[in-house]
Amino acid sequence: MTLDSKVPEGPIKDKWTSYKDKINLVNPANKRHIDVIVVGTGLAGGSAAATLAELGYNVKAFAYQDSPRRAHSIAAQGGINAAKNYQGDGDSTYRLFYDTVKGGDYRSREANVYRLAEVSSNIIDQCVAQGVPFARDYGGLLDNRSFGGVLVSRTFYAKGQTGQQLLLGAYSAMNRQIARGKIEMFNRHEMLDVVIVDGKARGIIARNLITGEIERHSAHAVVVGSGGYGNVYFLSTNAMGSNATASWKIHKKGAFFANPCYTQIHPTCIPRSGDYQSKLTLMSESLRNDGRIWVPKNMEDVLAIREGRKKPTDLSEDERDYYLERRYPAFGNLVPRDVASRAAKERCDAGYGVNQTGEAVYLDFASAFERYGKEQAKIHNIKNPSKEKIIELGQAIVEAKYGNLFQMYEKIVDQNPYETPMMIYPAVHYTMGGVWVDYNLMTTIPGCYCIGEANFSDHGANRLGASALMQGLADGYFVLPYTIGDYLADDIRTGKIPTDTKEFDEAEKEVVDRINFFVNNKGTKSVDYFHKKLGKVMWDKAGMSRNAQGLTEAMAEIKAIREEFWKDVSVPGEANEMNPELEKAGRVADFLELGELFAKDALVRAESCGGHFREESAELDGPQKGEAKRNDKDFAFVSAWEYKGEPADAVLHKEELEFKDIELKQRSYK
Amino acid sequence: MSGKGMNLTLQIWRQKDANDKGKMVDYKVTDISEHMSFLEMMDVLNEQLVNSGEEPVAFDHDCREGICGMCSMYINGEAHGPDRGITTCQLHMRMFNDGDTITIEPFRAAAFPVIKDLVVDRMAFERIQQAGGFISVNTSGNTQDANSLPISKHAADEAMDAATCIGCGACVATCKNSSAMLFVGAKVSQYALLPQGQVEAADRVKNMVAQMDLEGFGNCTNTGACEIECPKGISLDNIARMNREFMAANIKG
Repeated sequence: MTLDSKVPEGPIKDKWTSYKDKINLVNPANKRHIDVIVVGTGLAGGSAAATLAELGYNVKAFAYQDSPRRAHSIAAQGGINAAKNYQGDGDSTYRLFYDTVKGGDYRSREANVYRLAEVSSNIIDQCVAQGVPFARDYGGLLDNRSFGGVLVSRTFYAKGQTGQQLLLGAYSAMNRQIARGKIEMFNRHEMLDVVIVDGKARGIIARNLITGEIERHSAHAVVVGSGGYGNVYFLSTNAMGSNATASWKIHKKGAFFANPCYTQIHPTCIPRSGDYQSKLTLMSESLRNDGRIWVPKNMEDVLAIREGRKKPTDLSEDERDYYLERRYPAFGNLVPRDVASRAAKERCDAGYGVNQTGEAVYLDFASAFERYGKEQAKIHNIKNPSKEKIIELGQAIVEAKYGNLFQMYEKIVDQNPYETPMMIYPAVHYTMGGVWVDYNLMTTIPGCYCIGEANFSDHGANRLGASALMQGLADGYFVLPYTIGDYLADDIRTGKIPTDTKEFDEAEKEVVDRINFFVNNKGTKSVDYFHKKLGKVMWDKAGMSRNAQGLTEAMAEIKAIREEFWKDVSVPGEANEMNPELEKAGRVADFLELGELFAKDALVRAESCGGHFREESAELDGPQKGEAKRNDKDFAFVSAWEYKGEPADAVLHKEELEFKDIELKQRSYK
Repeated sequence: MSGKGMNLTLQIWRQKDANDKGKMVDYKVTDISEHMSFLEMMDVLNEQLVNSGEEPVAFDHDCREGICGMCSMYINGEAHGPDRGITTCQLHMRMFNDGDTITIEPFRAAAFPVIKDLVVDRMAFERIQQAGGFISVNTSGNTQDANSLPISKHAADEAMDAATCIGCGACVATCKNSSAMLFVGAKVSQYALLPQGQVEAADRVKNMVAQMDLEGFGNCTNTGACEIECPKGISLDNIARMNREFMAANIKG
């Protein structure tokens, strides 16, 4: 099978418009006879479900939580990008497109990214019309802030809860359709397989998580918007239930899986404190606007701090190593996420980590307190203010900007970040890789679509801040509703898809057999035992920096864990009841396959790009010594993997990436 | 890292399913670090139960950072436990002492039936939102430009304060009347405060209040416990605003 990205011809700025003008439409009367299944109801799935129902399709939407409003999109803090140019600072569709392609280290598909930038403005208009309470300035117009190393202010936000407000907006649009009966909502349901009839996706098998009942649902198309696979690492900033099962099931039935090794490890998270840790908490990237990152210069100070003999505030300026400012004078503390994360790891690997585990660096606001304090003293005309007064004034400003984050930190760590610097360490946050889709967002299974974080298309090898929310809503509100019509236009005479067919029988049997295996296995080890073991291999050998030897070992080790899992996993309780351990078992079984493919993908990609850093591919000398080295000659392609049973046997298909509108350059932040 | 590990007795509500009568069961956990979150302590208990072949305690949880609103325990007689402005997942074991007995129950209200152990059914909240918690606008991509409708910063900020509600149900669980007025008040307020929401304001408040009554939630008697236990600090003002909107809507007919 050859991959066809189906990117329309023509100049990049006209592609989407002229494509929309020519694709097939379904007339309103016929839409009433067409069913669409949407799996996952975060920003992508929720917005898609609402829009498809508005158009007139019969939508069945599935969420594993008790309500769509609890999907993990809700946890996004910072904001959403849009090329509105409300600040008049030179922003444009092209600039947002350019920043996103460059930020992704030239590993995304140009035409998709341009379309994303193009519809970004519509998203803001739509959300405001829905009643999303974005931050505003005193003139009543929308406020913007700057994010993640770009040169304009294009990020719209709602305090530190932008994801929450956007998701509530999409959910309100869903509610209107649920009330009309155009969306049938299946809360506390999990998709456990896709059903293929005559080569087309025609339904799913789902489990009712309250009763354990296995259900058949048919449709003319299936849309998967079930999020990323960061929990393959066990510890991540994802929600506990975030999983790859829907994506992985469609992969096993024919959807290629693209670039699994592209993972975003976010630099500013609260470090882990012990083996019992269940998840990691992100501290917004916005903190790096005012915080300075450092570790002690001298090893004696590191040891003294770890042993409690010294406090970080005891160290003078010249005893501190502000390593980002030292290594990257041009961008300093605001280098992109992948660069900041690797730099923290480098210091901690060298032994300079400042907590008991040796995996923490300081994020210090002392100079921001002083800078803002002096400014405030001037504004309020305070003559010769004392040092304490300056700090007090400055802290008030920092509190106004980041108060909720400081409070969150204090609740978790039990230290007051106004008095002592925060401790942070990188953590897995987002996965750029995912199910391969063409320009229509269709996977390699006809009639099966994949949207949001679950697909691969827009962020290349590294995602810029405030772009995830943009992509989720772009796919769901403004892209999929058009492209799916082109496919469904052929289905107006198909009629309802029956569920009493051999295809549904077989898919259901497979699901039931697996569930029965788990509850009857009576092994000796919990699901979490295996998940943690997998996570450790992933973090140690396929984490922030990777090499051929480690990745080869990782593949073998994950395979061994998988074999042990199938022999010895213990799942108490029954199949026909609410059973959280059973849910976890199914998800971890899929992670145990995905993890191995991830390592294989990372092994094949013998270049460094974005979040994927191969130790063998670094600059050896010159001013960029030690930095990541991309290899466009050999690796300017998307790796799309075809399932062949064992993950190690997966077959690689390459989609060559062409850059007609942007010149490929090495990223430099020096 | 903790020097002291706590030994605790947990009294937990166990109920096999909606039809089971349910009862409190005692469990022991040992060497609990003060740095653990409450739910990580529950993970330790569940790992212990799984390893001894027993069914772990079912509880709702997901994001574990206080925003999804999924976690819902009633701990020592308080929704989300002792500490303010947090959800159960943000509660830390440093709030407890070695040797403590901790009682853990589901959120209790007639409108929130227990599904299993500590998991309750909060679909009543969803049905209330479906009754009118939206602005009727289709996705078109050519609604008016976002800045063509200026909204005062004050109104936008107040709407945001109402919109931060995470729909966890602590207000209902803590209210002696099991009233959902804080939740519904917050949802009504978000739209009532914004010009986009004005067009349908009267129908919205009437329909949402009617659904709220239908679900079997109690009435508000101005005790204010909901505001205190609310992890997001949703203000009682929202209840007053809803009442005002409701009266106005009914007078106008």
